[in-house]
Amino acid sequence: MTAYTATVTVRLKRGVLDPEAETTKQALERLGFELEALRSADRFEIDLEADSADGARERADEMAERLLANPTIHDYDVEVDER
Amino acid sequence: MTVSIVRFGGSNCDRDAERALEHLGIDAEIVWHEDGLPAETSGIVLPGGFSYGDYLRAGAMAARSPILAEVREAAADGVPVLGICNGAQVGCESGLTEGAFTTNESARFQCEPVHLRVERADTPWTAAYEEGDVIEVPIAHGEGRYEIGDDRLAALEADDRILFRYCDADGAVDGDANPNGSKAAVAGLLGERETVAVLMPHPERATLPDVGPTDGQGILRGFESAVGKL
Repeated sequence: MTAYTATVTVRLKRGVLDPEAETTKQALERLGFELEALRSADRFEIDLEADSADGARERADEMAERLLANPTIHDYDVEVDER
Repeated sequence: MTVSIVRFGGSNCDRDAERALEHLGIDAEIVWHEDGLPAETSGIVLPGGFSYGDYLRAGAMAARSPILAEVREAAADGVPVLGICNGAQVGCESGLTEGAFTTNESARFQCEPVHLRVERADTPWTAAYEEGDVIEVPIAHGEGRYEIGDDRLAALEADDRILFRYCDADGAVDGDANPNGSKAAVAGLLGERETVAVLMPHPERATLPDVGPTDGQGILRGFESAVGKL
């Protein structure tokens, strides 16, 4: 077994309104920053042991499918690194 | 025969629902989620509140708690299930109903009376109304904006599963009357069976005459046929 960190990033699908990101963008603009757009995302770092990187990815994928992301509004991606 | 009101850590409209149902003469009992559904359950309320502190997404944790498997099974057997506010979020997160309730367009918590148009009257939840009726019921949520893919929305509309839409006092559905940016102004919808419904507004806060308008009574009366009157 090898120790891995699987990083799951969950973001809103393109086209789904993100009022929190819009509010954050406006706050940055009030501070004098110039920016075109801002998107927010949730990032989960999961430490786990698995036989292989693929095995770790598979489990992290399932975690995203079953809880971390809501397929109605979210896309997600998974990165796996040895720890 | 009783309506089980499922209490999670963070539920806060469970007692309101109990009071409102009992005012209507419908037997109701609050059930701690870890205790499971009592055998005499003949109706289920998923109440409002902030289950699990709204961590991750509103309703996400409660939707994956063991009692929801029991609720889904009961719903499939025809037991009436009503998800209110946080209960509606739990309903969508658990797959009882389609779509998702997410952050209001305003990015603010909104607590205000709204008007709802009854989109169909041939369900237990709306039998007290006529199609097209306008009722006044309050909302109190930060994550009530209904989201769903265009193709799935079209399928829901084709199946006539939209139960309530936000509207103005005259029943017109337009942008100004939509408090949270919900897609197609959806405030409440049906699950696969007409006995399963979720809505963001609070009918239990519009039931007791002492606290204001009582337009929400008809929705809670949806349990009468299954549970009977005391």
